Amino acid sequence: MDIGQLFHNLFFDYTLRTVALGAALLGVVSGALGAFAVLRRQSLLGDAISHAALPGIVIAFLLTRSREPVVFLLGALAAGWAATLSIAAITRTTRIKDDSALGLVLSIFFGFGLMLLTFAQKLSDARQAGLDKFLFGQAATLLQSDVVAMAAVGALALGTTLLFWKEFKLLTFDADYAASLGYPVRTLDVLLTTLLVVAIVIGLQTVGVVLMSAMLVAPAAAARQWTNRLETMVGLSGLFGALAGVSGALISSAMEKTPTGPVIVLCISALVLVSLLFAPARGIVWRWLRNLRNRRRVRTAHLRP
Amino acid sequence: MTTTAVEVRDLTVAYKDKPVLWSVDMQAPSGALMAIVGPNGAGKTTLIKAILGLVRPLAGQALIYGKPYSKQRHLVAYVPQRSSVDWDFPTSVLDVVMMGRYGALGWLKRPGSAERRAALDALDKVGMVDFAERQIGQLSGGQQQRVFLARALVQNAEVYLMDEPFQGVDATTERAIVRLLQELRSQGKTVLVVHHDLQTVPEYFDWVMMLNVRRIACGPVSEVFTEQSLRATYGGKIAFLNGDGVGEIQDGYRTALSQPVL
Ligand SMILES: Nc1ncnc2c1ncn2[C@@H]1O[C@H](COP(=O)(O)OP(=O)(O)O)[C@@H](O)[C@H]1O
Ligand SMILES: [Mg+2]
Repeated sequence: MDIGQLFHNLFFDYTLRTVALGAALLGVVSGALGAFAVLRRQSLLGDAISHAALPGIVIAFLLTRSREPVVFLLGALAAGWAATLSIAAITRTTRIKDDSALGLVLSIFFGFGLMLLTFAQKLSDARQAGLDKFLFGQAATLLQSDVVAMAAVGALALGTTLLFWKEFKLLTFDADYAASLGYPVRTLDVLLTTLLVVAIVIGLQTVGVVLMSAMLVAPAAAARQWTNRLETMVGLSGLFGALAGVSGALISSAMEKTPTGPVIVLCISALVLVSLLFAPARGIVWRWLRNLRNRRRVRTAHLRP
Repeated sequence: MTTTAVEVRDLTVAYKDKPVLWSVDMQAPSGALMAIVGPNGAGKTTLIKAILGLVRPLAGQALIYGKPYSKQRHLVAYVPQRSSVDWDFPTSVLDVVMMGRYGALGWLKRPGSAERRAALDALDKVGMVDFAERQIGQLSGGQQQRVFLARALVQNAEVYLMDEPFQGVDATTERAIVRLLQELRSQGKTVLVVHHDLQTVPEYFDWVMMLNVRRIACGPVSEVFTEQSLRATYGGKIAFLNGDGVGEIQDGYRTALSQPVL
């Protein structure tokens, strides 16, 4: 398929249009909320939540025998929440540090999810339900109704972020100071983490549980390179996420039987690489050139009497 | 008769099972400029956080002008330890200083031109107005400290709690900060400062609280800042060179400084 045909299909082919829209939505929401997660040093939490979603998806299916994505995603939401609560409970009540607690919860939930998945795959209706697609994501399974639901939930998440912008910014920069001003930081923390869980759940069908955390971390890491303002960083991060989502969905749709998740993640990785190397102030290449020039200037100044 | 601005009664705080403050009492009269001194790990930061309600005490309470902190928030401004935040955070100096108005602004309202003006005023007072649009990561340690001070100044408070505002600042900045503290005192504000340089305590402060898990002493510098209480605070790790006279003790302070305290 040539590029012109691809773009033609993007606007006029039902499947491709749906897939691209879904991928763009997931990119915007996970990019924007991922920026907060990265700034709060919660990248690992995102990884734990997304892996922990797997048992939630399988259990939701086993309980309802429904093939509706909404049911799966509700299961994922519940499991993501349970994982977050478990991590908080472990760090609060034991001497285990939070990174170990994250690792622990991630492996227990994910291992349990894989076990359940193996069991469920033996049931005939489960194979048709495509549960295994949630491992690496399959954008082609997206329906227009799924995308509408994603858009509604995503708009709610982004709207909440905008509404509490000042509070989230303060919480992220200096939580103790926020508390000293009287803001209920525990509640704000729960709210922002819930939005993160929502962002993850929105992306699961397209990107899958294994690679979803890349969609939180990578757009933010790329965006941080280009700006020193939170507003711009969050916006750019959403934009990069959408860009990677759409290009990944297009590329994987052009190739037979390619899971979407890995392709989207490759796209965002390319964006990260370019940003790390070439962003104006922070890019490695420019910094290296500046160093070189400075050293030369110092050397010539030194040689002159 | 002077009123008490900050009062701590029988305060006990523990992290997990390790007691960090043990039955601490403290009184800072209104208008005092008070140093809080003690070795590393003595619980100075914890004391400040307990007054602000950031850590929950096992027992005891802290009062601001006779009432709990939750009722007196608008009277108190906090300057956290500089190392407590990530200075690579994508935001400008002006933005950080405007955060000092967030408490008064309340939920959902965005900072506007009034907040901007207040922030620029405060930046002017700390000599940082030219840096308003800088990203905070591009500042020196002393400049970052002054940004934190400006953020507390825009709160327009009566009581200031500052955690190590002199840490890592150069001599010029230190003098500027001291002038600022004394100006606050002359306006009748109460200022509590966690301080490390024992040598400058008598010069900068009029009250002192000496802390090492327990309260060792608390009162006017001229009365309680003695060799005996210093020894009790810093343990046997201080070698005092000589005598009782205040002037001579100065040498003792200097020795205290040159010794590692932990
Ligand atoms: N969040 C925490 N969890 C566990 N222990 C802590 C925590 N914060 C401080 N501590 C411990 O409490 C003691 C007092 O700490 P701190 O109040 O920071 O002392 P200071 O400010 O006087 O150096 C130290 O031993 C420190 O290790
Ligand atoms: Mg401290």
